[in-house]
Amino acid sequence: MTYYDWLGVLSVVMLTMFIAIGWWAYSPKNKTRFDDAANSILENDPVDPSNGDKH
Amino acid sequence: MSNAVAHPAYDYRTVRHFAIMSVVWGIVGMAVGVLIAAQLVWPDLLASEWTHFGRLRPLHTNAVIFAFGGCALFATSYYVVQRTCHATLAFPNLARFTFWGWNLVIVLAAITLPLGMTTTHEYAELEWPIDILIAVVWISYAVVFFGTIAKRNTSHIYVANWFFGAFILVIAVLHIVNSVQFPVSFTKSYYVWSGAMDAMIQWWYAHNAVGFFLTAGFLGMMYYFVPKQAGRPVYSYRLSIVHFWALIATYMWAGAHHLHYSALPDWAQSVGMVMSIVLLAPSWGGMINGVMTLSGAWHKLRTDPILRFLVVSLSFYGMSTFEGPMMSIKTVNALSHNTDWTIGHVHSGALGWVAMVAIGSLYHLIPKVLGIAQMYSTRLINLHFWLATIGTVLYIAAMWVNGIMQGLMWRAVNPDGTLTYSFVDSLEASYPGYVVRVIGGAFFLLGMVIMLYNVYMTVNDAKEQDTIRDTSEPEPALA
Repeated sequence: MTYYDWLGVLSVVMLTMFIAIGWWAYSPKNKTRFDDAANSILENDPVDPSNGDKH
Repeated sequence: MSNAVAHPAYDYRTVRHFAIMSVVWGIVGMAVGVLIAAQLVWPDLLASEWTHFGRLRPLHTNAVIFAFGGCALFATSYYVVQRTCHATLAFPNLARFTFWGWNLVIVLAAITLPLGMTTTHEYAELEWPIDILIAVVWISYAVVFFGTIAKRNTSHIYVANWFFGAFILVIAVLHIVNSVQFPVSFTKSYYVWSGAMDAMIQWWYAHNAVGFFLTAGFLGMMYYFVPKQAGRPVYSYRLSIVHFWALIATYMWAGAHHLHYSALPDWAQSVGMVMSIVLLAPSWGGMINGVMTLSGAWHKLRTDPILRFLVVSLSFYGMSTFEGPMMSIKTVNALSHNTDWTIGHVHSGALGWVAMVAIGSLYHLIPKVLGIAQMYSTRLINLHFWLATIGTVLYIAAMWVNGIMQGLMWRAVNPDGTLTYSFVDSLEASYPGYVVRVIGGAFFLLGMVIMLYNVYMTVNDAKEQDTIRDTSEPEPALA
């Protein structure tokens, strides 16, 4: 295998990984998990006070 | 999700120091920027050996990128990693060291650059002893950040930390590879690399400094502070995962677009162009994800200037990440390269995106780390917002006009093949744009001065109410 063959293999590996990440992120069984992650920064944290102006 | 745990006490001291120094260095860096913009209008202004344009320009870029932007990144990453991991900073003393070490780097830059000590690599001008200090501070930063993630009390690592983590790792790699030098004295060194290889490594470094320091790091801010300030979760967490991997996989390859029509092999130039165009997809995916987070909360923009800073920063991010891929197309680059269009593009990103998202994040964060409810004056934040927005628009519009005009004048030829315009003709035609740039830059700088006053008064409020603590009060579990 030459250096250029390995570059071809790398391209296929990268593309496969990217598709796998997309599939993993959007698979229905992970939806709740990621929705929970998105909400996690807003939970268990006091609501920010409104931006009323005092000056 | 099992995140309803009691919060530990968060370490706010280092965050507070970095946040305040970010504002201070912002004013210094932008003041130097306005000065050198004025030198292009009035060439004799402060034209000494140490303060001419050539010596002050790297001081401006280093100060705004690494001092202002760097301190904002340290402050926000230390703040976000603690609050999203429900863990106090790992190695708090090492975190203090990163504060003093980083600020020492900045002071050394402010001394050595006007003295003319430079390695000549753009955005990496500092000489080798300072490079070693940067590497030590940066590795300490990585230890503190990843150490905090390692001791987290949550199962999931929130997406903002992925962006901060990628930024910290990549900058370490870039800085170390791009600083391989032979010292010939304490203040002078030469790069191991030479010729086209040196140029490629330089732009691999510099473009990924844009991609990871000025983009991934600030996207980390976006993914935390936009949802927090809007009071809504990010539009699509799943899109944020694809956004992260697509962005970091693509940025690495784009640097060659700085070397179009150079001695770099043609195929490498084409790779740089193609990957730059591909970058449009993840960039806009992230921008849309941030903007759509406001769906259902748009009315908050009427009353909340902090949210306005964050949303307008995303608009400028969308604009400049559309403009960048266009400029990387070789035929467009033939018109834009070496003109003021490039400067306009950079400042659309630097003022519009980087500075405005950092300013919005700092306005959110500073009252929290001072233990009080809000900034001293929301009206002054609003005034700052309008000065920053108008200043940015004036700046970039002037540079677009100048850049396209210069590109067209330089390529214009008479029927007999001679050049229609001399370089000085194009320079004279650029003067009105240079004047508008000084005005736009001064607007932006004035906004930062107002911010410093607002921060100072907020610190005073916190002192009067005696709310400043080195660590936050532990918060009990709500559920």
